[in-house]
Formats: sequence, structure tokens, C-alpha cells
Amino acid sequence: MFVELNNLLNTTPDRAEQGKLTLLCDAKTDGSFLVHHFLSFYLKANCKVCFVALFQSFSHYNIVGQKLGVNLTVARERGQLVFLEGLKSAVDVFFQTQEEPHPLQFLREANAGNLKPLFEFVREALKPVDGGEARWTYPVLLVDDLSVLLSLGVGAVAVLDFIHYCRATVCWELKGNMVILVHDSGDVEDEENDILLNGVSHQSHLILRAEGLATGFCRDVHGQLRILWRRPSQPTAQRDQSLTYQYKIQDKSVSFFAKGMSPAVL
Amino acid sequence: GRELGMLDSLLSLGGLVLLWDSVEWEGRSLLKALVKKSALCGEQVHILGCEVSEEEFREGFDSDINNRLVYHDFFRDPLNWSKTEEALPGGPLGALRAICKRTDPGPVTIALDSLSWLLLHLPCTTLCQALHAVSHQDSCPGDSSPVGKVSVLGLLHEELHGPGPVGALSSLAQTEVTLGGTKGQASAHILCRRPRQRPTDQTQWFSILPDFSLDLQEGPSVESQPCSDPHIPPVDPTTHLTFNLHLSKKEREARDSLILPFQFSSEKQQALLRPRPGQATSHIFYEPDAYDDLDQEDPDDDLDI
Repeated sequence: MFVELNNLLNTTPDRAEQGKLTLLCDAKTDGSFLVHHFLSFYLKANCKVCFVALFQSFSHYNIVGQKLGVNLTVARERGQLVFLEGLKSAVDVFFQTQEEPHPLQFLREANAGNLKPLFEFVREALKPVDGGEARWTYPVLLVDDLSVLLSLGVGAVAVLDFIHYCRATVCWELKGNMVILVHDSGDVEDEENDILLNGVSHQSHLILRAEGLATGFCRDVHGQLRILWRRPSQPTAQRDQSLTYQYKIQDKSVSFFAKGMSPAVL
Repeated sequence: GRELGMLDSLLSLGGLVLLWDSVEWEGRSLLKALVKKSALCGEQVHILGCEVSEEEFREGFDSDINNRLVYHDFFRDPLNWSKTEEALPGGPLGALRAICKRTDPGPVTIALDSLSWLLLHLPCTTLCQALHAVSHQDSCPGDSSPVGKVSVLGLLHEELHGPGPVGALSSLAQTEVTLGGTKGQASAHILCRRPRQRPTDQTQWFSILPDFSLDLQEGPSVESQPCSDPHIPPVDPTTHLTFNLHLSKKEREARDSLILPFQFSSEKQQALLRPRPGQATSHIFYEPDAYDDLDQEDPDDDLDI
């Protein structure tokens, strides 16, 4: 996890808020560093994590995780991490016979109906285990990323329903957290992605938006991060709702600075 | 005075009120503030809750308000994925119609949280018909029992819908409130359409207090304009010039009586028609080149002037 990002968000693994949905969104840049941050953050917070990884392979996340101080293989063996590797299990849908519907069952159907099997996989993975002491603090669902489901033919409303049900179970019933990545293609033609992005935005408590610089690629400033807090439990009159920082990604950390204050420039 | 009360009296007019919010300016706080207002007026308030849990919606209200709120839960299992018998029959629209078939005649406020959720999951025409039937219920002529006024307050997320459904809902609504703001100060743009009257609109700055009461405000502080120093008298720039900007009386008269060159008056017409005698005509000396083709015929011969 990136300590500087924790400072900006005013949180640490020990005292993170519960019952919150965080939306990660990237436009014209790669926001996956935020996914790696939250994965290591919640593993360090001793949470039970269900990771629906549709974008990259397990070994990719493992390699990056090791740089950030977490070992995904060990976490999986301990039972702390439930990992759905989309790239591998998509093939299993066709080549393995199973009694219960596979989480990615929608790939078999001509009209991709709903994501109920995927929701049931998540609910099963995160439900509290009866008997025995509580080993984990609270459950966390991490999805990377939701736009892949649109590309696979699921409708935007069906994806929003899946997020709704996950929110009802993970955030409300189990008092856990959710972190979802959605790409912002910026393409005016992609209405389904816009509905998905805006729909999840309205359900979120915190939105982290990584944007490429308007002026193009820069060696010392990789992009800009907008932080937007929504849905506070108490309405507040004047509150700094939105902050913007620029960042540079290094090998094992990310450094943040105010706009125009990059160390390379000063 | 009366103008400030427009946000307060939104629900007293009855009918359908649309509350448009955006990602940056969320509308649920205002929805809760208006619900609280209705409850304090003694109305019965029904919430069709599709987006947040009952716990979260009731948070911040004290118990006497919570006792007046009836929460219809479509958050936990709206699509009946758990396949239990707990699902409310008829879905959200069934619940809406059931509220309107009530027997007690008092006024009722129905809050839809959110109308966007309903619009994404139900056909637009069905939803519009149901909303029309509900919000115009008190004007039904055949019913002998006096039914109280029904107000329907719908929360809508403006980025989620195309122009078609937006237009359809706008045409059904008596009032539309659009949320916006600047620099941490929220505003509501209120558009009121009453039958046989011109639509009125007003922008109201407001904030919501922690107990969800509405605090109306004047607006964000405007930066004061730099005012001119009263000790320095204004200077006349036409004094001390090296050229003359003024006209004497004679010069002014001469200027006023001047005929402009392209103004066609009767004197000018006569002068043009009558060739002036004794005027030396000008000569043109022309040396033809070897390449020139001199045609002695006059090309205008065939014109009949």
C-alpha cells in the first residue's frame, strides 16, 4: 500500500471506515496502481478479501503485491484471500461440468441475463464462518474491473444490479467494504459504459479518479488524482468535497504532490 | 419573504416533484429534508427505498419523525434473487398503487428513492402511466369519498438517462428542482409549472443541517467590486489638447447643411440629366499595340435608349 495515499485519504489499515463503497476510475491512463494499493491495504488490515480479478492473471497481482509487502499465495492458502481468476476460469465454464452454476455462467448464454451466479460466488466467499474464533476483521470485495463485463456482453443495468446486491450484502449486512474499478473510456459513443460509471458513482462513498495529464505524457508527472467524497452520514454545509493531486509512480511507491509542485519542477 | 419560501412550499402544491441530482451534488440529503418537513406537517410519508437501506435512510431523523415514515424496502432483494416469500408482491409499482388505495383521507407524501432506479428497471411508459395516475388522483371525479392531496417526490440522477425519458418525466411534473452549486455552497434551481399560469423559476441557495432541517441562504459571498476613490475628482480628458475638438456655430451650421455625396436629391438629378455647356471634355490618348483587335463597330449599337 502507498503510505502517501493513506495520508491523503486520512486512513490507515487499523482505523479504516466500514460499510463503504470506493469507486476507482481511470481516464486516459492506467489506474491499476490504485487496485494494488487497496489489495495490499486490506490484506494488511487482516480482512477477508474476495478478489474478482477479470483483467490480469494471479501471478501479475502477486508480483506487484510482493513489492508492496504482501504475499498473495500465502494469503490464499491461509484462507484470507478468495481469488477468482477470470482469465483462467472463463475457460473452465466450457470444459468442466459442474452442478452449480459457475460464477461466469453468463458466458455460456446467448443473451447474458444477470450476474446472479457471480453474486452468489461472492456471498459464499465472504459469508462469516460459523464456529471458531473470528480470524478476520471484516470482509472486502475487490473487482478489477467492471468494464470487462460490459465487453463480455452483460448489460449495464445487469452489472449495476450485481453491484447493488453486493453492496446490500457486503457493505450493509456484513459491514464490509467494496472497491470497484471502472474505466472511463471518454468515448462519447459508449453509452453503456457511461451509465455503468455514473450508476456506480451515485452508489459510492468515495471516488478516486486517475486522469492522464491534459497536455500529454510527462516523465516526472504520470497523472493527476481527483478525490471526491460523497454521501457523508451527516450532511455538512461547507466541506472540501473534492481534492486534486498529481502523482508519479515509482517502483515500490507512489509520490503525490500538489499541482505544479513536482520535485522535478521546483 | 414570500420568494424565499419556494423551496419550503414545494410539496404543498401536490403533484409530481422531480429532484435532479448529479455525482458532484447529491440529492438524498435534500430529499430527506423535504420528507422531514412533510412529516412535521402531520402528513403520512411513504418511502419507496430502492437505493439505500432502511437503516441508512432513517439515520439522522428523530423518533417522532421516524414513526411517521413508512419504508417500503426494495433495497435488500429487489429482483427476488433470494427466492424467499418475503418479496413484496407487485414490485415497486404494486406498492405505489397500494398506497393510493388507502382509506384515510389525509394528505400523503410518497418519496421515490430513487426514480432513476425505477426508470432503469421498468419500461418508461408503464412508469409514466403509474406516476400520472398517482399524482393526479385527487382530481378524480367519480369518487365520492374525498381523497387527500398526494405529493410524489422523485429523486433522479441526471447523468443516467437519455433525453427521451427525461422529457417524458418533465412533462408529467408540476415542479422540477435541479441541484448544483459552487465552492462548497449548494443551490437548487426550482422550476414550477402550474396549470394556466406561466412557469416560474428561481434559484435558492441552501444548506442542510445535521438534523436534516433546511437552512435557506442568500448565496455565496460575492467579491466586492473595486470602487473608485471619492477624493479624486473625475478628469475631463478634452482639456489641454493640441487639436480642436469643438465646432463653432458657423461650422456646425455648415456641417448640418452639407449634402452627402451619395445622397440622391432632385437637384442632383437635374444636374445629371442636363449636360453642362462649355465644359471641356477630357481626352484619352490611346496607342494600340500590335495585338489589339480594334473593332470600329460600337457594341452598344443594338441597345435602344
